[in-house]
Amino acid sequence: MLREILPLLLDGTLTTIEITLLASALAMLLAMLAALGKLSRWRGLRWLAKLYIEFFRGTSLLVQLFWLYFVLPLPPFNVSLSPFSVAVFGLGLHIGAYGAEIMRGALQSVPRGQIEAAIALNIPPLRRFTRIVLPQALVNAIGPGTNLLIELLKGTSLVSLVTLADLSFRANQVVQVTYLSREVFGITLLIYFALAQCINLAMRLLARRMAHAPAGGAR
Amino acid sequence: MTASPMIRFRQVSKRYGSLTVLDALDLDIAPGEKVALIGPSGSGKSTLLRALMLLDDIDGGVIEVDGAPLTHMPGREGLVRADERYKRRGRSGIGMVFQNFNLFPHMTALQNVAEAPASVLGLPAAQAKTRAAELLETVGLGDKLAHYPSQLSGGQQQRVAIARALAMRPRIMLFDEVTSALDPELCGEVLNVIRRLGDEHSLTMLMVTHQMGFAKEFADRICFFSEGKILEQGSPEQLFGAPQHERTRTFLRAVMEAS
Amino acid sequence: MGKLVDFGFAWRILPDLLAAGMTTIGITLAGFSIALAGGLLLALLRRSPLAFVSWPVAAIVEFVRSTPLLIQLYFLFYVMPEFGLMLSAPAAGIAGIGLHYSCYIAEVYRAGLEAVPRGQWEACQALSLPRSVAYRRVILPQAIRPMLPALGNYLVAMFKDTPVLSAITVVELMLQAKNIGSHSFRYLEPITMAGLFFLCVSLLAAALVRKLERATALPATQTRKTA
Repeated sequence: MLREILPLLLDGTLTTIEITLLASALAMLLAMLAALGKLSRWRGLRWLAKLYIEFFRGTSLLVQLFWLYFVLPLPPFNVSLSPFSVAVFGLGLHIGAYGAEIMRGALQSVPRGQIEAAIALNIPPLRRFTRIVLPQALVNAIGPGTNLLIELLKGTSLVSLVTLADLSFRANQVVQVTYLSREVFGITLLIYFALAQCINLAMRLLARRMAHAPAGGAR
Repeated sequence: MTASPMIRFRQVSKRYGSLTVLDALDLDIAPGEKVALIGPSGSGKSTLLRALMLLDDIDGGVIEVDGAPLTHMPGREGLVRADERYKRRGRSGIGMVFQNFNLFPHMTALQNVAEAPASVLGLPAAQAKTRAAELLETVGLGDKLAHYPSQLSGGQQQRVAIARALAMRPRIMLFDEVTSALDPELCGEVLNVIRRLGDEHSLTMLMVTHQMGFAKEFADRICFFSEGKILEQGSPEQLFGAPQHERTRTFLRAVMEAS
Repeated sequence: MGKLVDFGFAWRILPDLLAAGMTTIGITLAGFSIALAGGLLLALLRRSPLAFVSWPVAAIVEFVRSTPLLIQLYFLFYVMPEFGLMLSAPAAGIAGIGLHYSCYIAEVYRAGLEAVPRGQWEACQALSLPRSVAYRRVILPQAIRPMLPALGNYLVAMFKDTPVLSAITVVELMLQAKNIGSHSFRYLEPITMAGLFFLCVSLLAAALVRKLERATALPATQTRKTA
């Protein structure tokens, strides 16, 4: 019996992994844009970034998914998204808002002396950001970022409630038919746990590659 | 001053809220002159350096470098505050070494020194690296090119910082308490590099320092700062040998006792 | 072609939504109480010097924190009856969300206690203060302050997580909104109103948490206006 249900669960796992990867990419992009927006000189951009962050952090993820799934297809929006798109956009927007605060903190944690040294060397502002500030900020963002990615992974389970065939959906499906709730849900929990540990491992390796020193200044 | 001054501070003022840090300060520095700025904390020495490096804006007065205004630019009627582009042009002849080194921690020593020549002067990567390697050789770190700042001692990091500033071929070098963050036994190696710089190049150098011994033997002129103004200035023999003001005497006594 | 936003309809469904909203708040408070108590228990067990106690507890906490609440709820609602534990949907929901968050809150307790400098414990020993007095008068007051904003944030997070309980048929605000939508074929009003309810309550709660943080901060840690 187990041998028959495993392929179904694995299929769901692949969908979960797919959504996690795509939604993380979207979330990272939005997080960076929103963080820069919040730190920008123009009040309009700051206001826009704050609006995005407060709105998507303040509302429930499931409500956002339901809204995208049930309300968006209706007038006046008339946008019909597939469950997959709902999942990626919903998760990306939600997690991106949390990521923005992490990214903002990371950008602000780069010591002011680094920026001053770059100014003193006349390094132009864009290069200053990409070559000096961003690499150091990303190192600081990896710690809290890892936790956020695991939150995203857990959040993917909710897409099963908007009919997307991810791991949670398949697990539920299988249990409805086989009544092997103990085994199936047990295996499902183990798979999620394993995926979370993969994220942990990947981020730890990334941190080791990126960090050469906590600070280049006087100790 | 027979030749025109390299740096001219005219009535320079800076305030932080209600606190006046620089008080209508006047100072001329000749080309190739080595000037040490000494004085108690908060007297405005570092602020003056940072204003010259265009890291902070001044509230009053003008700074000129080599005859041209630095902090201001020619406007329709007289001088107006310099914009970013003008500032960047002015900054290009000045280099600065910081108390906390401020090396880029994610780059090797070579990359630290080569970064600005490559990205600002547009030097091709190979050329920038060669220049960087040569400079690191002259500060005695030719064998540490691939080391990261975390793998270097404080004295070594500061020497990399000096090489990094020199890579842009400045005519003026600013040193802001560059040994204050170092353990005493590491100061010597940094001061030696600075001494050699002074001998070999025709650089104009301004140093904020607490190292009175070094200032005495190295500087052409010492300026004593107090409450945003230069209270006294003169050759090392004049200032250390026969200080005119009571405050200067008190300061020198306290510093000598501490060392 | 109906109206874009039917305010009359919105007004009519408001009482039902508010009632469900109250249910949601009730679930949150009940779940949070479990989380506070459970978290404390877990934190104390983790500090146990006995390895066969602290290690399994740490593993369980890590496991619960790394896996989705949804599956944990399914487990409680569908699997527990096999072991003889029949929980109603609300009971399973409250227990599930409470236990899930107790693992997060255990971390908050642990971090809060460890943040108290070791010197404080040593000073208590040097003064021969009895353990209960040491905890009550010296350690806990210092530990609790930084914990309060973290606890407040988890309360808000739990509140926003209650819609997950709809998956095991608990009729909280989200499910109520969805039901109204499927009966009346008008989804815009109920789901948007539910969303706004969550947004308003969580913004309000976040502001309260910030106020609490400021009110309980020690004088030295309060930010001064720079000159």
